[in-house]
Amino acid sequence: MLGKAFSWLLPHPLLTVLLAIVWTLLQNDVSAGMVVFGLILGVIIPLMTSIWWPESPRGFHMGRMIRYSIVVIWDILVANVQVAWIVLTVPNSKLKPAWIVIPLELRQPEAITLLAGTITLTPGTVSADLSNEGHSLLVHVLHTDDPDAVCRDINTRYQRRLKEIFE
Amino acid sequence: MTLELIGTWAAALCLLIGAGFTLVGSIGLLKFNDPMTRLHAPTKVGTVGVGALLLASVIHAFTFEGGSLHELLIMGFLFVTAPISANFIAKVNIHRRSCETPPPPPRDDTWSTLDVPEADRQTEPVSQR
Repeated sequence: MLGKAFSWLLPHPLLTVLLAIVWTLLQNDVSAGMVVFGLILGVIIPLMTSIWWPESPRGFHMGRMIRYSIVVIWDILVANVQVAWIVLTVPNSKLKPAWIVIPLELRQPEAITLLAGTITLTPGTVSADLSNEGHSLLVHVLHTDDPDAVCRDINTRYQRRLKEIFE
Repeated sequence: MTLELIGTWAAALCLLIGAGFTLVGSIGLLKFNDPMTRLHAPTKVGTVGVGALLLASVIHAFTFEGGSLHELLIMGFLFVTAPISANFIAKVNIHRRSCETPPPPPRDDTWSTLDVPEADRQTEPVSQR
């Protein structure tokens, strides 16, 4: 009973927290009033928009998500330097761009979106398209000698972790 | 006084790093010669470039003024929206056949951008057929 009331009032608890944080940051003022107003917004907005969010992802591991974000931010920093090096030193004629196809083990749209976003944010790779039934992801690589290695890397580094986050 | 000195130097260093990466991104945009590789330079190097500039702004605000965390929001929104614009540019490139045609997917029929309903085929760009 109590659980049902809770899930009616807060259909997306994480979204509520996120909205409250965004509101407080927007005000640039961490005071009780602002936090409370942020929480009120965080309750009202998900309630009003809940018909457009048919289902929330089941089983989301916040701790693993934080660890995943740290890995991704580190990768972005390292890869940025690598791409800057490629831009400055590799002439166009020696550049080896490639399409790679990543078979998707993830099924939830949220997880696939996160994987595609991660791939695009990591320099050197852009996720370009999804196959029409959502079983593979098309990725463009700026410069690689071994496309299969890039594919394996993405699988072990990101896809496996995302699978653990959304299991 | 020393804290202000450290803050100034840290902010200056961040500004230099950010400006450097932004410069490299622009060079990449000019240098590469096909639309897909050109897409890599700005979307990538821009992320850390803008990130470092915002970090400099945070450091400056915390050293000399009351402090500001708006930059974290800018960073967050940038990280959420940058992949989407990159994805749409890539889709346009695939759709207009202005890049190499990608290999077919192993399990499904085709890529969703190339999946045109029967009735719309005649309005497709001519270069593909």
